[in-house]
Amino acid sequence: MRRAEIRRNWLLATPALILLLAAASGPLLIAVVYSVLEPGDYSGVVWKLSGEGWFRVLFNRDIFDDTVSLADAHLTIFWRSASLSLMTTFFTLLLGFPTAYFIATRPLRQRMLWLFLVTIPFWTNLLIRTFAIMEVIRNEGIANSTLMALGLIDAPIQMLYTDASVLAGMVYVYLPLMVLPLYASLDRLDFRLVEAAYDLYASRIAVLRRVIIPLVKPGIVAGSILVFIPSLGAYVTPRVLGGGKNMMISNLIELQFGEGRNWPLGAALSITLLAFVMVALIFYVRNMAGEQRNG
Amino acid sequence: MSFKTLRHGLLGGAIAALAMVSAAGTASAAGELNIYNWGNYTNPELIEKFAKAYDVKVTLTDYDSNTTALTKVKAGGHGFDIVVPSANYVPIFVKEGLLLESRPDQMENFKNVDPQWVDVPWDPGRKYTAPWQWGTTGVAVNTSAYAGDPNTAAIFLDPPAELVGKVNVVPEMNDVIGIAIMYVGGEPCTEDKAVLRKVRDTLMAAKPKWQSMDYGMTEKMSNNDVMASVNWNGSTFRIRLNNPKVVYGYPKEGYVVWMDSVAVLKDAKNVENAKLFQNFIMDPENAALISAFARYANGINGSEAYMPEDMKTAPEIVVPAEFKAAGKFLPTCSKEARDLYTAIWTELRK
Repeated sequence: MRRAEIRRNWLLATPALILLLAAASGPLLIAVVYSVLEPGDYSGVVWKLSGEGWFRVLFNRDIFDDTVSLADAHLTIFWRSASLSLMTTFFTLLLGFPTAYFIATRPLRQRMLWLFLVTIPFWTNLLIRTFAIMEVIRNEGIANSTLMALGLIDAPIQMLYTDASVLAGMVYVYLPLMVLPLYASLDRLDFRLVEAAYDLYASRIAVLRRVIIPLVKPGIVAGSILVFIPSLGAYVTPRVLGGGKNMMISNLIELQFGEGRNWPLGAALSITLLAFVMVALIFYVRNMAGEQRNG
Repeated sequence: MSFKTLRHGLLGGAIAALAMVSAAGTASAAGELNIYNWGNYTNPELIEKFAKAYDVKVTLTDYDSNTTALTKVKAGGHGFDIVVPSANYVPIFVKEGLLLESRPDQMENFKNVDPQWVDVPWDPGRKYTAPWQWGTTGVAVNTSAYAGDPNTAAIFLDPPAELVGKVNVVPEMNDVIGIAIMYVGGEPCTEDKAVLRKVRDTLMAAKPKWQSMDYGMTEKMSNNDVMASVNWNGSTFRIRLNNPKVVYGYPKEGYVVWMDSVAVLKDAKNVENAKLFQNFIMDPENAALISAFARYANGINGSEAYMPEDMKTAPEIVVPAEFKAAGKFLPTCSKEARDLYTAIWTELRK
């Protein structure tokens, strides 16, 4: 009976397992295989084993004298993507935490309204939202013309195509992904504990640091992961708001599959990006496991 | 040469892509024709006229770059009859065995093709392709920011003080590196490392003076968001109609000439209709319809008579005699050359 039940459960899970294997592992496997082949003349790959794709991820044969050195260009691009993602995570946390706290401390009926407002941006396509930001911050856009009309500035400030504009765009786009898990954690927070801490003469800072933050840590970690991972692979926002002078990992991958016509290098770079994501996820899982042990 | 959608502005392109598949003709049409072409590049009036004339149901699908088209066609099962690759991609399509030798040179309307577009290096004698549109890649300059001579690649490779921080470079690797090679005195597709070292150094020194590397100049230069840019002639023509201060410069050190051509795919299901279409677009009146839409020249003699009035004398479209010699076609570069260019390009955008 018990065994039959287990078998039936496996049978019921079959469609999901097939989907996971075919839809998730399949393409990944293709990327892995392509990364160790030779690039075709015009696109695609030639079925000949080669480590060149992987070699080129980290190392660079100097284009002029063939000496091997660390691939400075790739490392700069990886670093830019990673630091921008970390900064995006930091700022969404900074803005998202008070927002989620505010919502969680409203009366129950109001909370639904506030949550609903947080999800409204998802109704519009990302590309359209990004173009809307561009319309606000461009040289003759709403922000600059308002400032000029008020007499605060004489000439437009270059806001578009700066690192700050990319960061602002990314924070705007990923903020809801931070607010929602934070809210879920804060919602479950027993505010009697906060009151108890005050009763025991804890200062406001102490309450936040030693009571609230430890209790909502799972939400903070979940939100950070949800923001950090898509930020790493962000394509549209940096491309539209950043002016394209400085590439991100995703733009570099696109270049290799497109005009560069070096699919093995592109595949190797994609897997490198995946490795970054895995590291972030492992950090998350270990953190949660530790959390469960302690709590 | 690629991202033609983006030549006309990213947003415009996105909207065009939303309305990607447009069908013309009647439900009772005798045949079908599936055209695979750049986005925002095909005049709906032309399609309608062809559909009516031959009682064919035409379906149009968009792509955004030569590589996209090549990859999709190579993968098979696409159902397309016609593709419109750029000059440097035609030999790749031929070598990969993807094109049908449809012999446009033996078609009735071939007599209208301007002789300079017959014995072209990418398809000598026109055995595979019929001309669609051709244009140039040069520089667009807003004279309110810089009143000096616009006919030099120094506009973006060594920007004058007035344009520092205001120049855009379209992120089109082949065009930009091609112009930079000619600027330092080399030939496009060169593998000469001394030349390429100069190209890299010139580009790297110029980059801090650029505002951005982006598409969509038709809007951004019309709006004064960008004051100068590497740009295509048809796009610059459209900018000038919105913003009369913008002029088109033909870099005297060398600029890029490109042409997109109509070819029939080897696995086409509607070969006869596809051939009819090749013949159809070599008719001057129909070729003029193509140009009236995307604002590039077409290579068919006699089409001028049917062109919109404003195009007949536009200095962006009609290359002034003094600049004709500096224009060069980009050949199909070797794998070695391309690897070098990609490496320079990656370093430039790191």
